[in-house]
Amino acid sequence: MYHKTVSELSKALANKAISSVELTKLYLERIKQYNPLLNAYITLTEELALAQAKQADQARAQGQATLLTGVPIAHKDIFCTEGIKTSCASKMLDNFIAPYESTLTAKIKQAGMVLLGKTNMDEFAMGSSNENSYYGACKNPWDIERVPGGSSGGSAVAVAARLAPAATGTDTGGSLRQPGALTGTTGLKPTYGRISRYGMIAFASSLDQGGILTYTAEDAALLLETIAGFDPKDSTSAVEPVPSYSKNLNDSLKGVRIGLPKEYFTSQLDTTIGTTIHTAAKELEKLGANLHEISLPNMGLSVPAYYVIALAECSSNLARYDGVRYGYRCQDPKDLLDLYMRSRGEGLGAEVKRRIMIGTYTLSAGYYDAYYLKAQQIRRLIQEDFIKAFKEVDIILGPTSPTTAFKINEKVDDPVAMYLADIYTVAINLAGLPGISIPAGFSNGLPIGMQLIGNYFAEAKLLNVSHQYQQQTDWHRQMPSQFN
Amino acid sequence: MTWEAVIGLEVHAQLKTKSKIFSESATQYGAEPNTQANAIDLGLPGVLPVLNKEVVKMAVKFGLAVNANINLKSIFARKNYFYPDLPKGYQITQFELPIVGKGILAVADPEGNVKKIGITRAHLEEDAGKSLHEDFHGMTGIDLNRAGTPLLEIVSEPDLRTAKEAVLYLKALHALVRYLDICDGNMQEGSFRCDANVSVHKIGEPFGTRVEIKNLNSFRFIERAIDYEIQRQIEEIEHGNKIVQETRLYNANTHKTKSMRSKEEANDYRYFPEPDLLPLVIDKAFIETIAEKLPELPEAKRQRFISQYGLSAYDAGNLISSQSLADYFEQTVKLSATDPKITANWIMGELSAALNKHDLTIEHSPVTTTMLAGLLKRIHDHTISGKIAKSVFEAMWAGEGDADTIISKQGLKQVTDSSALEKIVAEIIANSPEQLADYLAGKERLFSYFVGQTMKATKGQANPQQVNEILKQQLKRVTH
Repeated sequence: MYHKTVSELSKALANKAISSVELTKLYLERIKQYNPLLNAYITLTEELALAQAKQADQARAQGQATLLTGVPIAHKDIFCTEGIKTSCASKMLDNFIAPYESTLTAKIKQAGMVLLGKTNMDEFAMGSSNENSYYGACKNPWDIERVPGGSSGGSAVAVAARLAPAATGTDTGGSLRQPGALTGTTGLKPTYGRISRYGMIAFASSLDQGGILTYTAEDAALLLETIAGFDPKDSTSAVEPVPSYSKNLNDSLKGVRIGLPKEYFTSQLDTTIGTTIHTAAKELEKLGANLHEISLPNMGLSVPAYYVIALAECSSNLARYDGVRYGYRCQDPKDLLDLYMRSRGEGLGAEVKRRIMIGTYTLSAGYYDAYYLKAQQIRRLIQEDFIKAFKEVDIILGPTSPTTAFKINEKVDDPVAMYLADIYTVAINLAGLPGISIPAGFSNGLPIGMQLIGNYFAEAKLLNVSHQYQQQTDWHRQMPSQFN
Repeated sequence: MTWEAVIGLEVHAQLKTKSKIFSESATQYGAEPNTQANAIDLGLPGVLPVLNKEVVKMAVKFGLAVNANINLKSIFARKNYFYPDLPKGYQITQFELPIVGKGILAVADPEGNVKKIGITRAHLEEDAGKSLHEDFHGMTGIDLNRAGTPLLEIVSEPDLRTAKEAVLYLKALHALVRYLDICDGNMQEGSFRCDANVSVHKIGEPFGTRVEIKNLNSFRFIERAIDYEIQRQIEEIEHGNKIVQETRLYNANTHKTKSMRSKEEANDYRYFPEPDLLPLVIDKAFIETIAEKLPELPEAKRQRFISQYGLSAYDAGNLISSQSLADYFEQTVKLSATDPKITANWIMGELSAALNKHDLTIEHSPVTTTMLAGLLKRIHDHTISGKIAKSVFEAMWAGEGDADTIISKQGLKQVTDSSALEKIVAEIIANSPEQLADYLAGKERLFSYFVGQTMKATKGQANPQQVNEILKQQLKRVTH
């Protein structure tokens, strides 16, 4: 049963092949068995899950079920969930029980899904390896000596090891797509504003976007329909109507124009990954798509621009963690400055502090123009590159990550090398476009992810192409044998 | 060469909305601490601001009233600094692109001389909470009820030259925001706060280094603080010292300013555009709808009062200081159909004195416009004298009814029957042979003796003018 996708589980529940309570117990069992090894979950909400499952079964019996009623899910511990610890994987929020529910999780709750628990992540979503967690690193089920990517590492591992049929995540510079690629799962980051950010703990407000990790694009479509939409509580959420993403999954790819940016296929890319992506592109060509080489000339500037903007915003967004109202407070502060310095010094991790310091620096008087303003100009150039490209093609295709999963501790002492793990993903956040990473092959037993990028609000097309590819391949169906 | 002060003011006007600028919490003053602070005001993780549309209307209203350039696109920014009553660690404000750009406020002095003071800008922002340092045994209490209260910060050009002028400008601004109904103007509750930038220079030389004075919460303190600061700066320079750019705090007990922090200690606020809010975009139609509903503004009203009612600049300036006072005046003039100048005198004399004495505002005056008009009518038609009118006014204030009721009940009707008066006057003359003789011998000041006797005989109810006339006639007759 744990091999089944959300859509298959939905059918199984509808056919009474299994009850939600049975299904939930099955996942809880698996979590208890494997989580000590993988560290995918920070909090397990067992009691709540069983109560919700029971409720879901009742709703189903009364004919009040949605497609998702009774299907379990896990939330990245960045989403505020009322009455449940919401830590953002930080010591700072280790004692924080959210008094309100995020819009995204509220919608999932309303659809009747069952919450299994809150997943591990890089502290405040800052990282590409899930090593920056107060609760310890999360392990890649394909090789537990390797990282699962980050920051939504726990969610990706939960799905990859089948400790949840689906999980939510967030993506600020690749935090859904890169762990998706490194764990062989499907990671969807929608257009900026497609999903409300209300109740999603902010890292970099102009880049953050909620999304999901699933086995298949079909599941991603089903979940996106549920969580997308305008939210009056988030002024940056899009008023654009939400289409039925599932409806167009089976559209033909005939005539779909797919662009391969030449800047993506350089010596920086692992050769096996390069070959794999080209093979995947050929697969899409066989389905009727036309392949084009395109150019995104400012790609090379995206990582520095991204790190200036994201860190500037984070330095301000994290100022609220001051030990005054909630969260960690140091012992016996001797005065206000001491309270601030020790609460933040002790409550925040090394990477978070590094980013706050860099961000504070770039916004400082005398440096703002050279860094923040310049980075915003680059952001516009990158956006224009994409707008131009989407006049010629419908979808842009490339790798998600320059490498497969790397070893734990391999890059911890080299932040720049770590930041370069985001080289193919951050530009999409800077432009605010939707992107998806889907499994496209393996290299030495480690999954390779293919990234598809769509035009603004073209999630339907993105999911259609991904689904068609997944109809022809079974990469997404493969599972790390140790957890099978 | 003489010293000249250069003053610019920053006013924080609390906008009169029901809810906060970025959340649904109430803004009412005086609630139990932290009962008007929700997840957004507390800066909980993951919350987002949503702009209250009312504040935009109010800012536009203000902009139109000072003939300002209203920016169709304005940007919210974050001002970053740490303080325990600033929950998010930043204040959402407007920095590079404020909603209201350059404008002008005409300020009239009591003599009616008008000076145009430049408004640099006015922008929307949220207030912080309050830190309470007393009663917490060495700790600080934080009340976040005020956090997120909408403010319009109105920045003037350095166009003011004296403390008096600064106060005139502030009073004009104070009247304006209340006319526009965007701020209640309550200075004690902090709804209208002022910081002053003060420098001195010798005329013809460049402006001096400016010092910012904070904590000015009454017109009187503002005037004193600025005067003190001007004097202090002049003395410093004359003693060969330099003025340093700093922020000083005014102490209302010592009437002195004290250094709070120097420029070096000033925060680097690291402003950047607020990514949680889209640029604020308004259209011309929106502005026009607001323009159509704009009330008559204080300066226009002042000029109209002078031309329409023939009032002095001083009277007009006083009457327009609040919309309610001006309305009271106009309503009374209309109801009494008598001399507007006398109406103005009564309102600014007896009525204002009584209101002040009882610490009441015009809205709560026990003497209504109808009542005052009734009294003015009786003065006008000589039913009562001005002197009697004062006691009638007092009775009205005490709740004894309207003027006519009081006049008839107390028998205060003025004796205007000339034959009766003539008889009384004749009797008094006849009964005062010595005084008459002296008067006729040239002691003309004895005329007032006869007036006094007549008034006494009529218990003050005779019309003094009429008494004069009759006395003159009869005394003339005696001499011939």
